Amino acid sequence: MVTVHLPRSLVTLFADPPPRRVEIDASTLGDMIAALDQRWPGMHERLCDPGPRLREHINVFVDGERERDLGAALAAGVTVHVIPAVAGG
Amino acid sequence: MSQRVQVLVGTKKGAFIIESDTARRTWTTRGPFCDLWPIHHFIRTSDGTLFAGGGNPWYGATVFRSADDGSTWTQSSRGIDYGADGPKMRSIWHVAQTNGTLYVGAEPAGLFRSDDSGQTWLHVAGLREHPSQPEWEPGAGGLILHSIVPHPTDAERLWIAISAAGTFETTDGGQTWATRNKGVRADFIPGPTPEFGHCVHKLKLNPAEPDTLYQQNHCGVYRSDDGGREWVDLSPGLPSEFGFPLQIHPHDPSTIYVIPHAGPEDGRQMVEGHAQVFRSRDRGESWQPLDKGLPHQNAYLTVLREAMAADSLDRAGIYFGTSAGHLFASSDEGDSWQMIADYLPSIWSVEVAVVDD
Repeated sequence: MVTVHLPRSLVTLFADPPPRRVEIDASTLGDMIAALDQRWPGMHERLCDPGPRLREHINVFVDGERERDLGAALAAGVTVHVIPAVAGG
Repeated sequence: MSQRVQVLVGTKKGAFIIESDTARRTWTTRGPFCDLWPIHHFIRTSDGTLFAGGGNPWYGATVFRSADDGSTWTQSSRGIDYGADGPKMRSIWHVAQTNGTLYVGAEPAGLFRSDDSGQTWLHVAGLREHPSQPEWEPGAGGLILHSIVPHPTDAERLWIAISAAGTFETTDGGQTWATRNKGVRADFIPGPTPEFGHCVHKLKLNPAEPDTLYQQNHCGVYRSDDGGREWVDLSPGLPSEFGFPLQIHPHDPSTIYVIPHAGPEDGRQMVEGHAQVFRSRDRGESWQPLDKGLPHQNAYLTVLREAMAADSLDRAGIYFGTSAGHLFASSDEGDSWQMIADYLPSIWSVEVAVVDD
């Protein structure tokens, strides 16, 4: 299991919103997003462009280290933060 | 049964609903909806469902949906993309309903349809397979498909407009498309008038006259009486041929409204700071300025392409929103105006529904 922290601006897009902190059974970053999407359909499109690859302004940190490769392995027990990039208007 | 008038406003930061009874004298505001996303277009379909299209820099383009008059919302963009090798989707610019089908227009320009009330979407790929597509150029707002005009009785027939590629028509449900720009100027392209590359700002028709199309263009106001095959310039009599929105009277297809703006190199706002709507009662042959209740000076307002609409009451109400967040309304077909909301975020779209309660 990995622990995923999700941003407020993402969880409020769903009628049955996920908690800001969720436990997911996943062995790669791509698996983690697929599992989130299965539970909350539409999560994949909000986090990924076709390819799939992470959207340009979505940052992901695994135990504090930036990660953009959806094939990256997630060891059991890691903490993943999904954070919108600092930008705005 | 009572009725209320529901003005649906899309803004740079969320969607809003401004409502009144049918007297249209006092108004209340609800919102913001759609989690403060930039919303380019916000509509109510014939079954009462609300749809709002937009996009933000972090999470991409999507279509919001509410089946309970705005109390709760979902969103989906499943299927709205050009694949791993195609251009990245930026935003939804227009939402339209015909029969049981929803269409959206996107940036970069493309057309998508949904037959399950917006849960999933299918690319109408024939449009981007048009041989002109590699040469489509963006306008100042981007390469956007901003107008979707379904034929009222022929489900296979549809017009769309793209800035700055022009007007296209399909008669086979979107498999093949033909350009419909003959007679429309493209002054920003040297040489003979091209077949495509025109900067349509807004394209509309009145379902009572499905062969009569109107458009506000970067280079004039135009009418076509043959489904877009030939266009005539209606700009004489207007203080500027430049503007963004155009509205057709809901009960009289001969009456149209435009909001002339200073030209593309002169600020693109109300001419000389005088807020005016222009109405034609004769299909654009002559024009009458309407400014009673509107600011006559120092009003350097911009009204964008989607930001004018009409209600279906008798007398028809006309509405427009400004990039400075004002919403103006007329309950007498434009003869007089009042401001019904202020201090909204920059208004990008206005639509109106008369709702039975």
